[in-house]
Amino acid sequence: MMASGYNAKEEDGHHSGAPGNGGAGAVKSKKPDNTAFKQQRLPAWQPILTAGTVLPAFFVIGLIFIPIGIGLFVTSNNIKEFEIDYTGIEASSPCYNCAQNYSWNSTSSCTCKVPFTLEQPFESNVFMYYGLSNFYQNHRRYVKSRDDSQLNGDLTSLKSPSKECDPYRTSDGLPIAPCGAIANSLFNDTLELYHLSNGTRTAVVLMKKGIAWWTDKNVKFRNPGGNANLTVAFQGTSKPVNWRTPVFELDPNDPDNNGFINEDFIVWMRTAALPTFRKLYRIIQKKVDAPTLASGKYELEVSYNYPVRSFDGRKRVILSTISWMGGKNPFLGIAYITVGSVCFFLAVVLLIIHHKYDNRCSSADIPN
Amino acid sequence: MLCRRLNRWLGGDESRVDSRTIYVGHRPSTTEAFIPPKFCDNRIVSSKYTVWNFLPKNLFEQFRRIANFYFLIIFLVQVIVDTPTSPVTSGLPLFFVITVTAIKQGYEDWLRHKADNEVNKYPVTVLENGRRMGTESEKIKVGDVVEVNEDETFPCDLILLQSTRDDDTCFVTTASLDGESNHKTHYTVPDTEKDLDSLSATIECEQPQPDLYKFVGRMHIYKTDREPEIRSLGPENLLLKGATLKNTQRICGVAVYTGMETKMALNYQGKSQKRSAVEKSINAFLLVYLCILVSKALVCTTLKYVWQSKPGQDEPWYNQKTQREKETNLYLKMFTDFLSFMVLFNFIIPVSMYVTVEMQKFLGSFFITWDRDFYDPEIQEGALVNTSDLNEELGQVEYVFTDKTGTLTQNNMEFIECCIDGFQYKYRDAVSELDGFSATDGPVSKLQEKAGKEREELFLRALCLCHTVQVKEPTGRGQDHTDSMAGVDGMEGCPPPHEQTGFIASSPDEVALVKGAMRYGFTFLGMESKKMKIMNRSNAIETYDLLHVLNFDPVRRRMSVIVRSKSGDALLFCKGADSSIFPRVRQEEVEKIRVHVERNATEGYRTLCVAYKKLSPEEYARADADLQAARLALQDREEKLIAVYNQVEAGMTLIGATAVEDRLQEEAAETMEALQGAGIKVWVLTGDKMETAKSTCYACRLFQRGTELLELTVRTLEDGVRKREERLHDLLLEYHKKAVQDVPPTKPGGSRGWSKPSQDFGFIIDGASLSMVFNSSESSSSHYKNLFLQICQNCTTVLCCRMAPLQKAQIVKMVKCSKGSPITLSIGDGANDVSMILEAHVGIGIKGKEGRQAVRNSDYAIPKLKHLKKLLLGHGHLYYVRIAHLVQYFFYKNLCFILPQFLYQFFCGYSQQPLYDAAYLTMYNICFTSMPILAYSLLEQHICVEVLLDNATLYRSIAKNAMLRWVPFLYWTLLGVFHGLLFFFGVRFLFGNPALQANGQVFGNWSYGTIVFTVLVFTVTFKLALDTRHWTWINHFVIWGSLCFYVIFSFFWGGIIWPFLKQQRLYYVFAHMLSSASAWLVIVLLILLSLLPDILLVVLRKPLGPRARQLSENCHPQTFRLQLLHHYPTNISRKESSGGHEVVEQQEQHQQQEPFRTSFQSGP
Repeated sequence: MMASGYNAKEEDGHHSGAPGNGGAGAVKSKKPDNTAFKQQRLPAWQPILTAGTVLPAFFVIGLIFIPIGIGLFVTSNNIKEFEIDYTGIEASSPCYNCAQNYSWNSTSSCTCKVPFTLEQPFESNVFMYYGLSNFYQNHRRYVKSRDDSQLNGDLTSLKSPSKECDPYRTSDGLPIAPCGAIANSLFNDTLELYHLSNGTRTAVVLMKKGIAWWTDKNVKFRNPGGNANLTVAFQGTSKPVNWRTPVFELDPNDPDNNGFINEDFIVWMRTAALPTFRKLYRIIQKKVDAPTLASGKYELEVSYNYPVRSFDGRKRVILSTISWMGGKNPFLGIAYITVGSVCFFLAVVLLIIHHKYDNRCSSADIPN
Repeated sequence: MLCRRLNRWLGGDESRVDSRTIYVGHRPSTTEAFIPPKFCDNRIVSSKYTVWNFLPKNLFEQFRRIANFYFLIIFLVQVIVDTPTSPVTSGLPLFFVITVTAIKQGYEDWLRHKADNEVNKYPVTVLENGRRMGTESEKIKVGDVVEVNEDETFPCDLILLQSTRDDDTCFVTTASLDGESNHKTHYTVPDTEKDLDSLSATIECEQPQPDLYKFVGRMHIYKTDREPEIRSLGPENLLLKGATLKNTQRICGVAVYTGMETKMALNYQGKSQKRSAVEKSINAFLLVYLCILVSKALVCTTLKYVWQSKPGQDEPWYNQKTQREKETNLYLKMFTDFLSFMVLFNFIIPVSMYVTVEMQKFLGSFFITWDRDFYDPEIQEGALVNTSDLNEELGQVEYVFTDKTGTLTQNNMEFIECCIDGFQYKYRDAVSELDGFSATDGPVSKLQEKAGKEREELFLRALCLCHTVQVKEPTGRGQDHTDSMAGVDGMEGCPPPHEQTGFIASSPDEVALVKGAMRYGFTFLGMESKKMKIMNRSNAIETYDLLHVLNFDPVRRRMSVIVRSKSGDALLFCKGADSSIFPRVRQEEVEKIRVHVERNATEGYRTLCVAYKKLSPEEYARADADLQAARLALQDREEKLIAVYNQVEAGMTLIGATAVEDRLQEEAAETMEALQGAGIKVWVLTGDKMETAKSTCYACRLFQRGTELLELTVRTLEDGVRKREERLHDLLLEYHKKAVQDVPPTKPGGSRGWSKPSQDFGFIIDGASLSMVFNSSESSSSHYKNLFLQICQNCTTVLCCRMAPLQKAQIVKMVKCSKGSPITLSIGDGANDVSMILEAHVGIGIKGKEGRQAVRNSDYAIPKLKHLKKLLLGHGHLYYVRIAHLVQYFFYKNLCFILPQFLYQFFCGYSQQPLYDAAYLTMYNICFTSMPILAYSLLEQHICVEVLLDNATLYRSIAKNAMLRWVPFLYWTLLGVFHGLLFFFGVRFLFGNPALQANGQVFGNWSYGTIVFTVLVFTVTFKLALDTRHWTWINHFVIWGSLCFYVIFSFFWGGIIWPFLKQQRLYYVFAHMLSSASAWLVIVLLILLSLLPDILLVVLRKPLGPRARQLSENCHPQTFRLQLLHHYPTNISRKESSGGHEVVEQQEQHQQQEPFRTSFQSGP
């Protein structure tokens, strides 16, 4: 009742318009809304991770991962892979001479033949890769040295390539097509495979289609002015300095594989992630009746054009079958088995801990 | 007090070099060579920018922030130097941040412009040469005579010349200035002519100064035929800009201060920016990350040149340098390489963190405003947030400084009893609402039983006269009023003309006293032209001329009035605190009253003593002359006035004393107990008496029965014959020994809140002793201060009574700056608390009865003290946890974002090749990972609010910045490193054979980056999901939405040949990745493996977690039981009130309970 004398306070609420009073919340004269959001009372799920809930999860993870890991490991082990280093560093190597005598200017290519023996037959499709080591395709200067709009068939970019292509942008005043360091250093060894059986030397049929990503081949890479008459389309451009032939002669026999949409070129243009890498070169189709590559002697004929000695590089050819998970790589299998086992082990440890503590405090989950 | 005076004296020296002279109306013809003095115009400018300078000024302001500047530098480096990422990646976020901030500030400034314009263009009437001219407020010049109508605000500071009221007064409210909504009376300058046209005068007054209650000036009125008359001007003549005219039709006044020189403008200052402790932590972490960044860049640069020195590496045939690169100087190249690396790794310090933190604070503060628990139906208001920067600081408070009156207590005064001549008159108020006055044996009859009738009536007249209360005129000037306002319900049978009056006063004590007197039959009817009318018991109206009011001030702690009764006697009535009255009355009367006063004080009542003095005509004449002279003084008017006051208020006769109860705030005790349970030390800083304050502390359970009180007050200091200084020294040492040295060191910061040290100490100090501690001789001062601080820090509660406002701030500052710089919080409701509210880390205002000044200066304002509990234990705790997690998470997610990019340098010839595409680099912090953490930081309730409120001890678990100390930071950093390593090397091993598709095709570097990035985005989001304890639909939406957005964006980004991009790096990369089983497998594996340690930690901590919680749950009923046990004797003590004795008793009881406590502890 004494308070009644003090009702004169209402007018205080109105003074908030004083200049500069722009605080976060203005004076609210009415009661705040009773919404769940504003009162921070939104219905909420409050999961509590306890040994009880995590234990089964760990067991399940362990039980799933270990079989997957074993499966992966077995799959990876079943993949047959054969690797030949043909760099020609050692004097005994068949390509030693080619490697030693290499010069950029020579017009005739040096050929060397590397014999090898497959102990086991390769059953399904065999994929032929070339591999390079210590080749920094992921060097920044290298990675950015390309012009994707030129490669996409853009005519203005064809005549004036992007500045990123420097120093492989122009040659003798003409724009280079395709410009840039990546294109310039296109892998140009020719690899051929021969099966030696009973004294006969039969060439293994190598498919050069289907080695590049479909989207690259069909969308990202376009010849200027369509695939017809590439010679005209590329008129006024110069070939990359290290190339022997201009871009429109990469595969003169097959207009669908010539120019920018040459699959070898496209594969090369997808820069590798690491300095040691492999790129798909050819595919050997599965035969119906016989193994794709029967066991026995083979010969790899290399026209040795690509110099790697200057930067301590290595060149390899890899023959490999493929599983659903790709090429041979035991890493995934081992990793899955390890993680699965760790989970399983932890689950057991937790079970013991849980059991111990369970006796001490039974009501571990206190509902909030 | 001395300090303040000194300050004013020193500070004011410059500004008072010359007073300003203002010519009113016609300038006097006598003055030759009149130069119109230059004053500023009446424009209020609170805006910062104009249209023209907004852009440069705002940009300048923004780039002064170190973070923005850093990002600007990074951006410029990217523009100038050939860097791996395009300037867009850092430019876009920076642009976004700058734009948003600029828009926000621009909008705020626009509002200010609008407000300014409203004020500046306000139509006013100026009298010029006798004509009334309408003009705009901003055109008012100093010296203009301005006319103001009722309910208008004054456009500038005016000297009141003329009022339409008969008694030459006008009423104003200064609610918007200091919050006091009562009507204040202002007086016209005496004897100015009614005809303002012919007025010719000069006003000489001090230079503008911000103190609202100080003004000294002199007015010379020139008349054609006479010597100029001199009138003194004081604050009662000055109408302040911003105040509103009330109850008065029209006034005229002359402008003395205009525009930015008005007292309102001088008082308006941008509040000092308070920065939270979390921000300091952020800056520290930032420094660490900056070091990491620089060292990463250095390592990479060094290794790059080492690597390049090997033949064939720097420039293989397939990767020639450009001409320009070849020509660049080696050292310059090194430097640009370093910068490039910096740019490449700069995402480790994200722009977006600042945005997110700001947003979190800004949005988060709304939850406080919205909280219905803070809504008080009485004042129809909820909480008010003045700054959003300190939300998390509320969870870190270690010291609470609270005011007593109006904060701990309701400041709702009720007259309890009085004592006249040593006889006690208890006002029966068994059931507070019922008026027991007329029901039981009327005190009127009871009164007559005791002291003589004459004394009684003298006492009641004193109560009726000695005050500054106004009778409320409900509808303004009308005499007719129907408002039923006042509690005069007991006045049956004697209906006075002002039956339904309400009283308005600046202090509620006064109203309580006037109403108390009314109960005993003496009713104050109001004032009419300096005549006070009271109605006595026989319903006769007595009138008294009010001659002088000797105002109340906190130093004198008393006020007096001098009135002349009908019979012509000049009477001085004085009321005030016992300490200030007793020395001024005849000593023989003191003793019998002192008993009552002390008893009342220990019961927690506010006591006032009333004295009177009959002034002989000579005495009065002298006093009158002195007072007039002092009021006219231009210099040191204050001091002179006080001297005269002291002289007049001497040799009085003590009539009696009053006791007014100030009830405790709702749930004050519970709140205080919760705060103490939360490990917060509560200090009560009050201007009140020690006894009253002490009993309030007991009532609030700040002091408990077991608390040993250490007193350092004037009383204890004057115990012996020795000098005070020595005594102070001894006491300090003694207490120090007791409280600091003898106490076994307790483990600090333990969450086991219930195992308190065996002995609680309470420390009591009063203002005088405190100033001795602070101001004692040079050498010992710091030593004393140290001792004092140490004692205080070891006490659970410290009570500082008889504090001046400045001393309150001093104490806060002392604690704030002590070792460990604890976070302080001040809470108060009155203007006297403003200094401590501003000083503390967090200032809280209570929307109480003492006006709004505290609220306006506070960081947060709440309606009631009880809301403090939820504000700290609920909101504060949650906000701290939220923001701490936000900060740690932000650093973590950027560390594991950038670490793979760093590691990639080792595999790409240190060529600054980015691992991720530019779009991913830009979007990572803006889009993919920003929303979940923002939602988390707004909605997370790791423990729900009710549990937090019930278990105050939980507050201790986050004390001392627990979640942002180096250990948790290290944990998060290691986690980030672990994740980064895992992401990178996991994918690295996968790419041992890049033929990852079922058709034998190979993946390139962008696929590598995309796989790492996908793992990254999913892992950091899942990590947050794992930490989220409170999944509302918003969390679900945002977490799953972000992931979906990432996937959709990636498809979209890779699905189109973007015409504006130079390189189509990601064309179908994401889709191809998803078509590879190995990529799926590695993504799942890495996410799971990354989260494994976290899950494990959560689970392993869990067996401890619930146990701790269970214990706290167990301890909760236990403390509750103890509360109950406490409660009973405390109640007794309130009733029995035997002063200090009960403390001992309680102590014994407490010790008896000890076995209970231990048995409870060992129970579960």
